[in-house]
Amino acid sequence: MLEIKDLKVELEEEGKAILKGVNLSVEDGKVHAIMGPNGSGKSTLSYVLSGKDGYEVTGGSASLDGEDILEMEPEERAAAGLFLAFQYPVEIPGVGNMTFLRTAVNAQRKARGEEELSAADFLKEVRAKAKDLKIDAEMLKRPVNVGFSGGEKKRNEILQMAMLEPKMCILDETDSGLDVDAMKLVAEGVNALRSEGRSFLVITHYQRLLDHIKPDVVHIMADGRIVKTGGPELALEVENNGYADILAEVA
Amino acid sequence: MAEPATTSNTTEDRLAAMTLPTGGWSDPARKAALTRVRDMGLPGRRDEYWKYTRPETLVQPDAPRAAVFANDEERLFANRDVLEIVFVDGVFDAAASGDLQMSGLQIDRLANAQDIHWASDLYGKLEGEGHYVPRPLAALNTAYATDGVLIHVTGKAEKPISIIYRHTKEDSDAVLHHVIKLDAGAELTLLENGPGAARFNQCMEVDVADTARFNHVRAQGRDHERRDATHIFARLGTQSAFKSFTLTVNGRLTRNECVIDLTGDDAIAHVAGACVGDGDFHHDDTVFVTHDALNCESRQVFKKVLRNGAVGVFQGKILVKEGAQKTDGYQISQSLLLDEDSQFLAKPELEIYADDVACSHGSTSGAIDETGLFYLRSRGVPMAEATDLMTLAFLAEALEEIEDADIAEELTERLSGWLRRRRG
Ligand SMILES: Nc1ncnc2c1ncn2[C@@H]1O[C@H](COP(=O)(O)OP(=O)(O)O)[C@@H](O)[C@H]1O
Ligand SMILES: [Mg+2]
Repeated sequence: MLEIKDLKVELEEEGKAILKGVNLSVEDGKVHAIMGPNGSGKSTLSYVLSGKDGYEVTGGSASLDGEDILEMEPEERAAAGLFLAFQYPVEIPGVGNMTFLRTAVNAQRKARGEEELSAADFLKEVRAKAKDLKIDAEMLKRPVNVGFSGGEKKRNEILQMAMLEPKMCILDETDSGLDVDAMKLVAEGVNALRSEGRSFLVITHYQRLLDHIKPDVVHIMADGRIVKTGGPELALEVENNGYADILAEVA
Repeated sequence: MAEPATTSNTTEDRLAAMTLPTGGWSDPARKAALTRVRDMGLPGRRDEYWKYTRPETLVQPDAPRAAVFANDEERLFANRDVLEIVFVDGVFDAAASGDLQMSGLQIDRLANAQDIHWASDLYGKLEGEGHYVPRPLAALNTAYATDGVLIHVTGKAEKPISIIYRHTKEDSDAVLHHVIKLDAGAELTLLENGPGAARFNQCMEVDVADTARFNHVRAQGRDHERRDATHIFARLGTQSAFKSFTLTVNGRLTRNECVIDLTGDDAIAHVAGACVGDGDFHHDDTVFVTHDALNCESRQVFKKVLRNGAVGVFQGKILVKEGAQKTDGYQISQSLLLDEDSQFLAKPELEIYADDVACSHGSTSGAIDETGLFYLRSRGVPMAEATDLMTLAFLAEALEEIEDADIAEELTERLSGWLRRRRG
């Protein structure tokens, strides 16, 4: 279970407050969605949870299964089961996608005291999972995300997620830049991973992703706070009326 | 305090500590080279191309001591079908070397060559012509080299030649000179591996005739305290190809000079280097490529990873002579500085006297890409491992210049292993 309590975050350099007291709990096996206008702090929340530099936590806490994650290194958070599908997946020229994936899978296994996956087993698993996501073998041979289309990058994020089998998956606008077919593929990939022990925090602008990945709970974020929480119908409300009504109502 | 200028004393002191081999076919070339050394004087800090690298330890009469590195790994390029030629502290080791016979070429040793020898037309010739800027250490080498191999490639060499340089004595001071002549259409791959000596002055002249191909891959050994001054002089005929790659890991001081003349149309010259330095490490690549024919291509790709005060130097020039139209010249030198103590000094130069050419050069110096690093860590890759992955990725562009993918793979694997061991 991911528990965020009154989380306050500033930009380290400018001292500008971005998150102004976020409260959020995602129970095991649940899918929560966060919607909200641009600049409301959704990506910041995902970065702070995964341990990116440049942010200062000025208050509050965040824990995964009772463990304080804010004190951990990014790789420790990953090993603890946290995964962020980036809004903008990073290109790393010179590092092969396969090498990257195998290194990541085995590093996490090692950190958890598990045995490393053999090269053959790894290959078999990647191939099967890549196939489900319609990622071809050529793409796996290329450097990480280099020369990938927007859709390929997003599918590659889901492939990593499928290989790493995290407990807590945060998806930051994984649907942006995807056409309908690509979005369905991504949604299927996510749905295939849904299980009792695994939770999702799906950040999105649009209802349409939530047609495919059915959320249990929907939160609206504005100006660094969760301003409203409800069921799937809240997403429909946003879709139909935009944020203005909701923001006016809570102001 | 004034910088010590090189005086004729410095040069004479050095010369007095060596013995000039006399007699035989190389005698005139050696005497001419000695005159060049005296005319130029050994390098001093005031010399234009020695601003970033201190030459003192390379020119002082005795070699500074260098501990012998206890290597527990299998030698590079082992288990390949190659002809091995072994020098120990600069001395030929016949027992450790293979039979110097191979179809497609003829090999002699400089120390043995008979009075009349094909190499007499080449020995010291490319070196002697390669003085657009003074290269007195190369002239010194021509004059005093005690040995080396003379390889005349008449066809496609049956297999690569692998020269192994072992370092076993703390005070060894080796001077070796190789001459390689490739006839029209001939092909040779030359591998070199090892530190050579406590102080190693090495010179190689390569004459690549029309349509001939020369591939060169070199790894300079892991001895931390060694000092190297190497020169490669190459002349390229029409439609010929010359490719040279150097991997440098460790070593207190390395100066690798490469002087290439593209004299025949449609020739290709690629020089590349990857170096990884930690601490007391100074590495200098000085490259001078001259385009003197039509439609030739040259590439210089140099990458350096530096940490804990290591220093990297790149001085690279592309000279396009009048009439060398359709020249395609490319040069890139980049350094990855893993901390703020390390330093990269670059002097890229373009000098162009033809109007229909495409030349580009770039030099960058920077820290590791934080965004990439975070991405790797967010997937569970620990900091040190992620840094190594990014480091190898940075070097990849240089390693990709190696013609033989198998050899590139071997060097990459080895580098990756060294980085892994380093972090324990
Ligand atoms: N590294 C940064 N430098 C400057 N401003 C930033 C940085 N990261 C986020 N911000 C600012 O923080 C606010 C929230 O951004 P973000 O978390 O990306 O919002 P969202 O994902 O909801 O669109 C915005 O005003 C944005 O401009
Ligand atoms: Mg965002």
